[in-house]
Amino acid sequence: MTPSSSPTAEGVLPGHDDAGGHDGHHHHPNYLVDGTTVKSWLLTIDHKRIGLMFLASVLFFFLIGGVFALAVRVELLTPGPTVMDAMTYNRAFTLHGLIMIFLFMIPAIPAAFGNFMLPLMLGAKDVAFPRLNLASFYIYVTGALLMIWGMLNGGLDTGWTFYTPYSTHTTTTVAPVLFGAFVIGFSSIATGLNFIVTVHTMRAPGITWFKLPLFVWAIYATSCIQVLATPVIGLLTLLVVGENLFSFGLFDPARGGDPVLFQHLFWFYSHPAVYIMVLPAFGVMSEVVAAFSRKNIFGYRAVAYSSLGIAFVGFFAWGHHMFVSGQSTFDAGIFGVLTMLVGVFTAIKVFNWVGTVYKGAVDFRTPFAYFCGFLFFTVFGGMTGIAVGTVSLDMPWHDTYFVVAHFHFIMVGATLMAFLAAFHYWFPKMFGRMYHEGWGLVSAALIILGFNATFIPQFLLGNYGMPRRYYEYPARFQALNVASTAGATLLAFGFVIVAIYLTYALFYGRASGKNPWRSKGYEWLSESPPPTHNFVGPQPTFPEEPHYYVAPKKDEVKDV
Amino acid sequence: MSDIANKILFLPERASTFAERVDVLHYFVVGTTMVMSAGVGLAALFFFFRFRRRVPNQTTEYVVPDLKTEFLFVSVPLVFFLVWFAIGFRDFTWVTTPPKDAMDVYVMGKQWMWKFAYPEGPNGVNVLHVPANRPVRLLITSRDVLHSFYVPAFRIKMDALPGRYTQVWFEATKPGTYQVLCTEYCGLSHSKMLAEVVVLAPEDFEEWLKEQQRGRLQGRQDALADTSLVPPVARMAEQGEKLTATQGCLKCHTVDGAPHVGPTFLGMYDRQEKLADGQTIRVDEAYITQSMMDPGAHLVVGYQNVMPTYQGKLQGPETAAIVEYIKTLRTANVREVSSEGPAYDPIQ
Ligand code: HEM
Ligand SMILES: [Cu+2]
Repeated sequence: MTPSSSPTAEGVLPGHDDAGGHDGHHHHPNYLVDGTTVKSWLLTIDHKRIGLMFLASVLFFFLIGGVFALAVRVELLTPGPTVMDAMTYNRAFTLHGLIMIFLFMIPAIPAAFGNFMLPLMLGAKDVAFPRLNLASFYIYVTGALLMIWGMLNGGLDTGWTFYTPYSTHTTTTVAPVLFGAFVIGFSSIATGLNFIVTVHTMRAPGITWFKLPLFVWAIYATSCIQVLATPVIGLLTLLVVGENLFSFGLFDPARGGDPVLFQHLFWFYSHPAVYIMVLPAFGVMSEVVAAFSRKNIFGYRAVAYSSLGIAFVGFFAWGHHMFVSGQSTFDAGIFGVLTMLVGVFTAIKVFNWVGTVYKGAVDFRTPFAYFCGFLFFTVFGGMTGIAVGTVSLDMPWHDTYFVVAHFHFIMVGATLMAFLAAFHYWFPKMFGRMYHEGWGLVSAALIILGFNATFIPQFLLGNYGMPRRYYEYPARFQALNVASTAGATLLAFGFVIVAIYLTYALFYGRASGKNPWRSKGYEWLSESPPPTHNFVGPQPTFPEEPHYYVAPKKDEVKDV
Repeated sequence: MSDIANKILFLPERASTFAERVDVLHYFVVGTTMVMSAGVGLAALFFFFRFRRRVPNQTTEYVVPDLKTEFLFVSVPLVFFLVWFAIGFRDFTWVTTPPKDAMDVYVMGKQWMWKFAYPEGPNGVNVLHVPANRPVRLLITSRDVLHSFYVPAFRIKMDALPGRYTQVWFEATKPGTYQVLCTEYCGLSHSKMLAEVVVLAPEDFEEWLKEQQRGRLQGRQDALADTSLVPPVARMAEQGEKLTATQGCLKCHTVDGAPHVGPTFLGMYDRQEKLADGQTIRVDEAYITQSMMDPGAHLVVGYQNVMPTYQGKLQGPETAAIVEYIKTLRTANVREVSSEGPAYDPIQ
């Protein structure tokens, strides 16, 4: 078992310790212990508990998605059949993609950490519509159950992209899974709406738009995309279900339909959806880099505006998924240029993060280690995105492992790094306990290494010409596939370590005190873990910018 | 030099004129990407060490960028990205606009094989013979679901869509055998949907064509001699001629130049057609196919939208056969000379 760095806090309930140096509020129990029945959790309208329930769910689905990922990687160890037949493989990568995208990555940061932190960062007691928030969780669960029911009863083999006319002709069970995705869409929209209204109406006195923490800006931009784009995929999934069950013929050329129309509608959602996944990650990283280098964000406004910029142009770049789909050369040009703009907005962020470290005071802790991995994945993943956006280069790369590697780098790499950074950074905030720093750093190193070892060979595989979604492959591709599988094993091992020491810390971790990082993020102004309504006493005010680490003038006395 | 780069990057051998263009840009883009990631990484690393925390509650200076810095942050990447785009788009336009004198081959994807048909010659499955140093235009369609035709050594790829033709062209630079892969997931045996392109020296290709021709004639004579009912393998255009009659095309279209309910087929191919909405369109394979599948999409001026759709009634090869038949009905004023540059409009 992982040793805790300090065994002292054994048995102390979080919230009942005063290590933070503040007068404890013993009669205001923290949200974790305020009601301990199952019902008090399942019917809670406390954004923090809802956030935790989302967190538990997305972690569960991450586990399932990860098991399928490993299954896929093991199958690809040898050129021919290895451990499963073709149909099983085709279902495995479909389930992996579907679960990871719809059940893990899209809700992960906004629904779990966004829910938990947003009101705290705004000095609010809760989100604007607490009951809608709870409903959003149950809608998500319902959709997830539907999807899983469909996967168990027949399973589907379309890939997470459901391209027609294959998805309308396959004999596997597409309809319930798509319907599940449709239902989950409502959860996404409800959460997004809730956050938008919360940011507009519930900021504490003093928090102007340009004093919002950058995480809030990122979640805000994400919510806008969710609200605008999700209805498109909602309608599209319904249309495909109709096509599948009642032969509408919208996308089936044998009935006069157009399969390319499906692709346009699909990517009109799914391209912005990529930003639903990475923008929150960018937000987390802005918080983390400021906190651990004790510096104001270098170009605060540039970072904030670029989130909106990405959200905006993200809507106009979808056609870059379709350069070789028979789309006109002219269209390819337009989508190509627009894609370049997304790259520029991301570049602004990257440079400003590095600028934040400049003249900072860096404390290299676990979240910061994830920040380093994140920087690399974002730059390399982002630039390879520009590379595939370069139309002539996309012609050979499209639908090969180069693309698989690219989207894992940017979407998964960046999001995962941020998810883990957020988990480690806010762990003391959420549970009032510390994890073991040494294990944190070791597993971060393993995960970053494993991730590179998994996906760098896949870039090369793509160059070499290996198409994605291949159950068997020509023997010349084997060496790189073995390397990738080895990397995936390392990666999985890293996750196992994280799971062990965090679980241990949850129960036996040393008490963290109120603000172990001495961060100036607003969320740390309340207790750790926070009491049920976030702040005790009069409504807090926020005179300073978030992450303002400048020395106080002589006459001002500050506590940290 | 570029051979070493190709080894490091695991690029397959380069066997078409397009491959050369792609690889040059590839080095530029991937090179810049690596330099940039390393640059950002090293700058960050340097800062981590240079600005370590010394005391727990250390305060820091309030540093903000001036406008010039932010301007640099935006403009440097933008310039790079736009240069890549410009080069990439030029090359992409080049590869989607076949030269006039290209040799045509019809390609049809079908779960799980590739079929190839030469307008004047043989049909084949999973092996495509082409001459080296001559532009070849692929007219690609699918019989069932989406597929994508990919030849890594040529660096080309194009989706195969049911009910539509897409096109791409290449000029192979050296004889040899190159793998074709399907890159659009198409079901159970997607990963077995492999084929090969056999590039022959031009003389060998002529020889091969003759061989095939002889085989076909032989087959035909055998069939005639043999009183069995096996129909001879007809040329695509011959098949197309029959189909226009059996499918009812000739009820409304003539082949002698006289307009009827619809425009005549004579001289239609490659003609500039005036459309009802005031635009003009060049009649190519894509347009003819579209007119069969979705007749109302581009109505020629002076005609009513009365033609029924043939969507679902005609198979991919049948469509191709009709197109080939219409192509044979050219009038004298159609140029047969080879051109210097691209002349086809890109599809749609
Ligand atoms: C241990 C880590 C992982 C490994 C080894 C892995 C492996 C793979 C492989 C081999 C494929 C390609 C399947 C194919 O196209 O034939 C794939 C596809 C995909 N992966 Fe992962 N993956 C991992 C983690 C993740 C994570 C964490 C996510 C998302 C959070 C993710 C999302 C996806 C998606 C969306 C696809 C596309 C699925 C499709 O092609 O339909 N992967 N993954
Ligand atoms: Cu295929």
